[in-house]
This record gives sequence, C-alpha cells and structure tokens, in this order.
Amino acid sequence: MSKRSLRDHSATRLSLVALTVVIVLLFLLLPLAQVLQQAFAKGPAVFWHSLQGEDPLAAIRLTLLVAAISVPLNLVFGLAASWAITKFDFPGKSLLVSLIDLPFSVSPVISGLIYVLLFGAHGFLGPWLIEHNLKIIFAVPGIVLATVFVTFPFVARELIPLMEEQGREEEEAALVLGASGWRTFWSVTLPNVKWALLYGVLLCNARAMGEFGAVSVVSGHVRGLTNTMPLHVEILYNEYDFVGAFAVASVLALLALVTLGIKSAVEWWHRDELAATRRH
Amino acid sequence: MIFTTRQTTLPTKTARPSLLSRRMLLVAGALACFAGGLAGPVTARAAEQKTLLNVSYDPTRELYQKLNAAFIPTYKDAELKINQSHGGSGKQARSVIDGLDADVVTLALAYDIDAIADTGLLAKDWQTRLPQNSSPYTSTIVFLVRKGNPAAIKDWPDLIKPGVQVITPNPKTSGGARWNHLAAYAYALQANGNDAAKAEDYLSKLYANVPVLDTGARGATNTFAQRGIGDVLLAWENEAILSLKEFGDAFEIVVPSISILAEPPVAVVDKVADRKGTRAAAEAYLKFLYTPEAQEIIAQNHYRPRDPAVAAKYAKNFPEVKLVTIDGAFGGWRKAQETHFADGGIFDRVSVKK
Repeated sequence: MSKRSLRDHSATRLSLVALTVVIVLLFLLLPLAQVLQQAFAKGPAVFWHSLQGEDPLAAIRLTLLVAAISVPLNLVFGLAASWAITKFDFPGKSLLVSLIDLPFSVSPVISGLIYVLLFGAHGFLGPWLIEHNLKIIFAVPGIVLATVFVTFPFVARELIPLMEEQGREEEEAALVLGASGWRTFWSVTLPNVKWALLYGVLLCNARAMGEFGAVSVVSGHVRGLTNTMPLHVEILYNEYDFVGAFAVASVLALLALVTLGIKSAVEWWHRDELAATRRH
Repeated sequence: MIFTTRQTTLPTKTARPSLLSRRMLLVAGALACFAGGLAGPVTARAAEQKTLLNVSYDPTRELYQKLNAAFIPTYKDAELKINQSHGGSGKQARSVIDGLDADVVTLALAYDIDAIADTGLLAKDWQTRLPQNSSPYTSTIVFLVRKGNPAAIKDWPDLIKPGVQVITPNPKTSGGARWNHLAAYAYALQANGNDAAKAEDYLSKLYANVPVLDTGARGATNTFAQRGIGDVLLAWENEAILSLKEFGDAFEIVVPSISILAEPPVAVVDKVADRKGTRAAAEAYLKFLYTPEAQEIIAQNHYRPRDPAVAAKYAKNFPEVKLVTIDGAFGGWRKAQETHFADGGIFDRVSVKK
C-alpha cells in the first residue's frame, strides 16, 4: 500500500514538473527566443549596426542612468519605510502602509499625469519652474521622478513581511546592551534582511528599466534625449524598423538577464550563509 | 560590568566592516550618478551650439529626418542640431502646452497649433506668417486595402457595408483621423444633398464598422498592416504610399471619388524660441521647407509639394482627386473642431450610437 502511494506521489510530482516546464517554455522562453530571432532576422551584422546609431545608444544610456538614480533612492526609501513600519509604533502607520502600495494600485499612466499636473507649464509649479529655467517634465528629472514613483513599493514590499516576522527582539536586545540606533540598524537589522533587500532591489531595477506607461507620459519622446529603451523600442517598431526594435528589446532583455545572473552569483557566493538562514 | 561586556562583544558583532563600507560605496556611487545626471545637461548647454526641437505628428518621422539632414549644412549662423519628437498630433500639441520646449511645431492640422496659440505660446495670427496657410506641403486621404481588394472597396459607400472593417485612428488624439472624419463627412454631405442628419447617419454607420481606434496614424497603419486587422485603412496618402513601399505588394491604394485637401501647417513657437534664443534658426528652418530643394524631398517622401515646378515633375505620383477644403466646406478648423470633435460634438454622437 505504501508502495502505491509512493508511486502516486511521484506521478503527481512528475506531471506538476512537466506542467511547469511547459508553461515556462511557452510563456517565457518562446517569446524571448522570438525576440532574439526577430533581432537577428537579417543577420548579426544588421543587428549590430542597428545598435550603433546615436539614438539607440542614447536610449540605453538614459535607461541605465534612470535605473542608477532611482534604484538607490528607492533602496534608501524602502529600507527606511519598512524599518519605521515594522520596528516602531506611531500614529498613521496603516495610512503609510497603504500609501506605499499606492503606486501598485494606480495605473502608470496616471502616475505620469500626476507629474504633468504638478510640473507641467500650466501645472501647480509650472510657471515658477519656467521662470527659473528649470526643466522637470519632458526631461531627465521627470523621467526619474516617474520611475521612482512607479518602483517605490518594490523594496518596501519585500522587506515588510520579513521584518514583521523577525520581530523586534534582536533590536531590543541590542538597544538594551547599549548599542546606538545606527549601530543596531547596521549590525542587527540590515544583516537580517539583506537577502530580501537584494530581491527587492532586483525587482525594483527590472521595473525601473522596463517601465513604459508613466515614462511615456512625461518623456516628450525627443529622440536621442528623452527616449528610454522601452520607448525607443516602440518608436523603432512604428518606423517599420523591426530588426532595430527587436535588437533594442533584446538588449533590454539581456540587461534583465544580467541582473538575474548577478543575483545568482551573489547567492552562490554566499550559499553557506543562505543555507544557514533558511534553516533558521 | 555591563560596560565591559559590551566593549568585548561589540568587536565580534561588527566583524563585518566590509558590509558597511560596501553600503557606503553604493551610496557614494548613487550620488556620483546623480551628480553626473545633473552635470550632463549643463555641459550640453555650455557648448556653442543651437538645438532646435521640432515637435511633429506621427507619419513625418522619415520626412523630417531627411529634411533636417538637408537643412543643417545650409545653415551657417550656428552649429545646429535638430531634435525630433513624434506622436498623435493632438497629443503632441498637448505636450507643447504642458511645457515640451518645441522651437517649431509641424502638426497635422491648424487647430492643434491654434490650441497652442490659445495658451499664448505663439501669436494667434501664426497661420498668416508663412505662405500658403503656413503649410509647405499638403496631402489627402485615401484608402489602403489588401492585395486584390477582396472586400471590393471602391468608394465611400462601400465603407458602411455590413461586415466591412474600417481602420481609422481616434479623432480626439490623431490629426489624420480628423481629416479622415471630415473627408467622410464631406462625401456624405455631397451624396445626400447637404442633408446634415443623413451625413451624420453615414458617419455613425462608418464608426460602427471600426473595431479599434488607435491614438495615432502610425498606430492605425500598424494595426492594419502588421496585425492584419480590418479590410480598409483610411490613411494619409503619404502614409499609404509608404506602406506600399515597406510591405511590398501586400496592399493597394484606392483613391475615392472625393477627398479633402489636408494642409499640415508649421509654425515657430514664439515664447519658446525667444526664451532659448533660437528664433533666427527656427524661422530659417521653416522657410527652408519652401525651397525647391526641400520641396523635392517632400515629394520624394510622398507629400504633395507646393512648388509648381516640383509638383509638375512628380505629378504622376499623385492622382487627381476632387478635393474639398477645410475653409470652403467646413468654415475653417476652429468651427470644424467645435462642431465635430469637441465634447458632445458629432464624433461623440456618432461613435456612441452603435
């Protein structure tokens, strides 16, 4: 009898694994392969050539710049917010939690429009900005702001459940032993959450590089200046330059794969430590 | 006692100074990136070089790439760089109103520039400042159908047959779509002895056959050509000819019995050009569009040139069509905009009635 149940068990497991593999192949690998196939449809020389122009390079630079600014900012914001929420009690805490979720629930287009209403020429701060010759909307600062807004919840959402589960005992112990707040944070809180923080940052980075809607609203679509990679893919596609569009798309996918690779490498590097924390 | 315990435990607890310094490095890196981002535009501005931004509508990307390349070497007063932005005409006008720093706007129809003028960014009489209604090229609206014309579309009445799928963008955001709409209306008025109610009825049957309203002309072309949706695309003549070139002989152009003279106008945005000190370059740029050299490029990119000599040279590319004008048939763009495309206007009425 135990033999049969064991066989049943392995059959279930096998079919589940097969299903997962099929889904991954169908919905993840096939589209990715399709993107690469389209990118190389006219050979590697054309692929390479279509990435050489001023505009694709500018789009790649801008995307990396936007990610390099917004991800560290959100790392700090997210860490501070989740620390405050999970380790302290204060009035308005639940309001803060729902505010953090706001960018998830609001459509990215609306997130972009918020900034147009705020910084646009006829927006709340528009006239003052024009008077002082400051450009926010339809320029890099606006794109960064929109990206920061959209990617805001990723780090905090990764950290809050974990920090809640870990509780406050270790911090309290550190404080009782006389450590300062900073010391407690650097030596107790941060090491406890660093893996969740890493995942949060990776998610945040993936979205920052891939964001389309909000950035599209505030970009102004000036080629070579305010087009990020996703916007540039759309432009090239609309220009009937399919090889170019898919070449830039494949670079975008490659950047995502690189971040995943970095994550795996870091995990492998610290595999002993990771195993220990998981057991614990 | 407690103090000594703390003193001895702390060094072991902070046995990871590397972590701390790594974080510091990260923060420093972020700050450096941020500083770099701020410094970028500053250095760009310091260079003695003038930059124009041409905010244009959807199908003109290829046209202005070529016109810019031709104009820049002829301009001697400054080292010029011309940036381009393209999108649905109404959306582009909105961006300029919201603060996109366009030195020149080259949009699909006069009303979109009127809307910008209403906010005070340029003089209200902008359209009289350059010859021929400030429109250095014209176009018209034609039908693009699939090879062999399987749906047998020959003229406007065929568009409202049951089961025919018509692709046209959204007139609220797209300039081309507004020309499409008005061309259809002009036909319906003529066919029904100027009976406005019957013309409106024609339009509601037409929009009932539209499965998807894209925001811009290029989006609609892609819906028709790439995604294979629809039997007929109402398109700019230039866009239709371009599709023939891009997609080989998968499509055919059908010229209807009557269409509209589409005049896409150009203008310098006074306030922006004066603030950026680019007025001279911007004006020279727009004047260049009327030169024979530019008119040649315009004709080669499938827009109808204004220059009679160039027009004669390329006459075989542009079939003769009976064309109504916006001023003659609709009393100008402001009036047409109000009756047809404002909230509660004819488009709202006919696109709801399905």
